[in-house]
Amino acid sequence: MKILICISQVPDTSTKIVLKDNNTLVNSQGVTFVINPYDEWYALVRALELKESGIANEIHLVTVGKADTEPIIRKALALGGDQAVRIDADSNDPYLTAFYIAEYAKSIGYDLILCGKESIDYNNGIVGAMVAALLDIDYIGFAAGIQIENNVAVVKREIEGGEETDICNLPLVISCQKGVAEARIPNMRGIMAARTRPLNVIAPSVQSPVTAILSYELPPAKAGVKIIKPENMDELVNLLHTEAKVI
Amino acid sequence: MSVIVLVEHDGGVIKKKNLEAVQYAAGIAQKTGETATAVVLGTIGAAEMENLGQYGAQKVLHVDDARLNDLHAPAYARALLAAVQKEGSKLIVTLNDINGRAVAPRVAVQLNAGVVAGALIYPDLENGFVIKKSVFSGKAFANVNITSDVKVIMLMPNTFPLNKVDGKAVVEKLAVNFEEKVFNVKVKEVNKVTGEIALADAGLVVSGGRGMKGPENWGLIEDLAKELGAATACSRPVADAHWRPHHEHVGQTGGAIRPDLYIAIGISGAIQHLAGVNGSKTIVVINNDPEAPFFKAANYGVVGNAMDILPSLTAAVKKFHQHK
Ligand SMILES: Cc1cc2nc3c(=O)[nH]c(=O)nc-3n(C[C@H](O)[C@H](O)[C@H](O)COP(=O)(O)OP(=O)(O)OC[C@H]3O[C@@H](n4cnc5c(N)ncnc54)[C@H](O)[C@@H]3O)c2cc1C
Ligand SMILES: Nc1ncnc2c1ncn2[C@@H]1O[C@H](COP(=O)(O)O)[C@@H](O)[C@H]1O
Repeated sequence: MKILICISQVPDTSTKIVLKDNNTLVNSQGVTFVINPYDEWYALVRALELKESGIANEIHLVTVGKADTEPIIRKALALGGDQAVRIDADSNDPYLTAFYIAEYAKSIGYDLILCGKESIDYNNGIVGAMVAALLDIDYIGFAAGIQIENNVAVVKREIEGGEETDICNLPLVISCQKGVAEARIPNMRGIMAARTRPLNVIAPSVQSPVTAILSYELPPAKAGVKIIKPENMDELVNLLHTEAKVI
Repeated sequence: MSVIVLVEHDGGVIKKKNLEAVQYAAGIAQKTGETATAVVLGTIGAAEMENLGQYGAQKVLHVDDARLNDLHAPAYARALLAAVQKEGSKLIVTLNDINGRAVAPRVAVQLNAGVVAGALIYPDLENGFVIKKSVFSGKAFANVNITSDVKVIMLMPNTFPLNKVDGKAVVEKLAVNFEEKVFNVKVKEVNKVTGEIALADAGLVVSGGRGMKGPENWGLIEDLAKELGAATACSRPVADAHWRPHHEHVGQTGGAIRPDLYIAIGISGAIQHLAGVNGSKTIVVINNDPEAPFFKAANYGVVGNAMDILPSLTAAVKKFHQHK
C-alpha cells in the first residue's frame, strides 16, 4: 500500500503577523516556518505507524511550494517517509494547490492520501476534499482515528456534538486532527537518513487560479480590558447585558 | 437566476446556523437582483422548510431521499449540482463547518468555481467579488477575490445575527438520480454527546484551564455554564490530563469557536489557545495573575481566585435571570 502525505509549510504558531507592500503581502522576514502541525503530528505520524505495522509499504510526501520550503520537507523526511516531491509553485489558491497535488497523485496512484484538517496559515480546511474530488475518490474529514485492514479504512471522525465511525474502501483521502496519532520528535538517525532520501522537484501542471488575495488586514486593537472587582459580579453581569449585549 | 444555499438539518430540525446561511444567501441575492433557493436533503417536514421563507428563501428544493440523512459528501454535491442546473445558478452558499468543508470543495471542483472558506462579510461587488475571511488563526484577515464565473462561499457560522421577516417558501421536490458510489462511505457507529450544548454552535461558552487545579473543581464551571445556558470548554493541558473530554479542547490544535461570549477561567491566554477563541465577540477573563496575557485579549477582566469568583458570578447570573 502506498500512502501520500500532503505537507504544507506555515509560519510557527507564535509568529506575529506583519504586513508589507501596502498590505498586499505578509512579511516573511524573521518568520520561523514549520510543518503545518496537523500534517506533521497526525497525518505523517499515522502513516509511519501504518508502515511500521506492515500495513503500508511506501510513504511519499508532497508539498506545493518554492525552494524555501525544502528545509520543512527535509524535516518531515527526518521523521520518516521514503521520498518527497516538491511541486515548484507558490500558491495560495486552494484549488490550484489541490490541482497540482491531484495531478501528481494521479501519475503515481496512491491507496491513501492523508492531509491535515486545516493549514494554520490560510485556515481553509478544503485542499484535501478538493484533491479527492479531482481524483473522483472518497474523502473523510476531521479524522480522530484511522485503522486500515484489507484495503478498507475504518475512520473515527468528529461530527457535530460527538463522534462517528465510518467505513470506506480505499482509495481515500482523509484529513487528520488530534487523536489520529501522537506527535514524534525526529532523532539523529532519522535526520542523517533524510539526507539520502530523494527529494524530487517537479514543475506544476498548467492551470489558472480561481481566487486571488487582494489584501490583508490586521484585526483592530482591542479597546482595552475593563477590570471588575471580584466583589462586583453583579456589575459584570449587568455590563454583559447592557453594554456587551451578550446575555 | 437564483443563489443556491445548502440547508442541513438535525433529524428534521433546522438549526440557527443553517438559518444564518439562508439569510446570507438571500442578502446576496437581493444585492444581485436574484432570488435565494434552499436545497434541503433527506427526511424533514414541510413546515420546517416553508419557514425558511422567514429568512429570505423564496423556494426550497427538497431531495426527499432517506439515504441523505447521513453525510454523503458526493451525494450532497450531486444534489447541489442538480439544483444549480435547474436554477441556472452561479453562486452556491454553504456553511464553513464540518459538513460544509466536505461538500463545498467537491461542488467547487465540479463547477470550476473558486471558493472562500469562512466568509465574514457580504461580498464587495464593487471591486470584483471580494470576501473577507480570517487567516493565520485570527491574527489577520484576507480579502479574497473570487475570479471564476461560478462561485462558492462557505459562511462562518455565528457571524450575522438573525432577522426574521414574514414569508413562506414554496417547497418543490427535486428528483436526483444517485449512482451507488456516492454512498461509498458507510456509517458504522454514531456517538453523540446528548444533554450537553454542542460547543461548536454555542452562543455562550464557559472555559477552564490549568488554574482550575483539578477535575474536582469543574462543578464550579458547570454551575456557571448551567446558569447561563452555556457550553463548556477547556485548554489543551486540561484535556491532555483527562480532566475534561477531548472534544472540549479549544485552540490551535482543538476546535475553533466564535461564541458571543467566552469566559476564560484560569487560562493563561497562550497564543495557541487564543487562536481558537479570538473570534469570540466578547471575552471575559478570570485569572489570579494580573499579568496573564489573556487580559490583553479580553473585554472584561476579574483578577482573583477562581474558586471564590465563580460561585459569586454564578449567583449574580441567577439573580439577573430572576429579576429579568
Ligand atoms: C503547537 C502548539 C499547539 C498548541 N495548541 C493548543 C490548543 O489548541 N489549545 C490550548 O489551550 N493550548 C494549546 N497549546 C498549549 C499552550 O501553549 C499553553 O501551554 C496552554 O494553553 C496553557 O494552558 P492553561 O492556560 O490552561 O495553563 P497555564 O498556562 O498553566 O495557565 C494557568 C493559568 O491559570 C491561572 N491560575 C492559577 N491558579 C488560579 C486560580 N486559583 N484562580 C484563577 N486563575 C488561576 C494562572 O495565573 C495561569 O494564567 C499549544 C502549544 C503548542 C506549542
Ligand atoms: N501548499 C501545500 N502543499 C501540500 N499540501 C498542502 C498545501 N496546502 C495545504 N495542503 C494540505 O491540505 C491541508 C488543508 O489545507 P487548507 O485547505 O489550506 O487548510 C493541509 O493540512 C495540508 O495537508
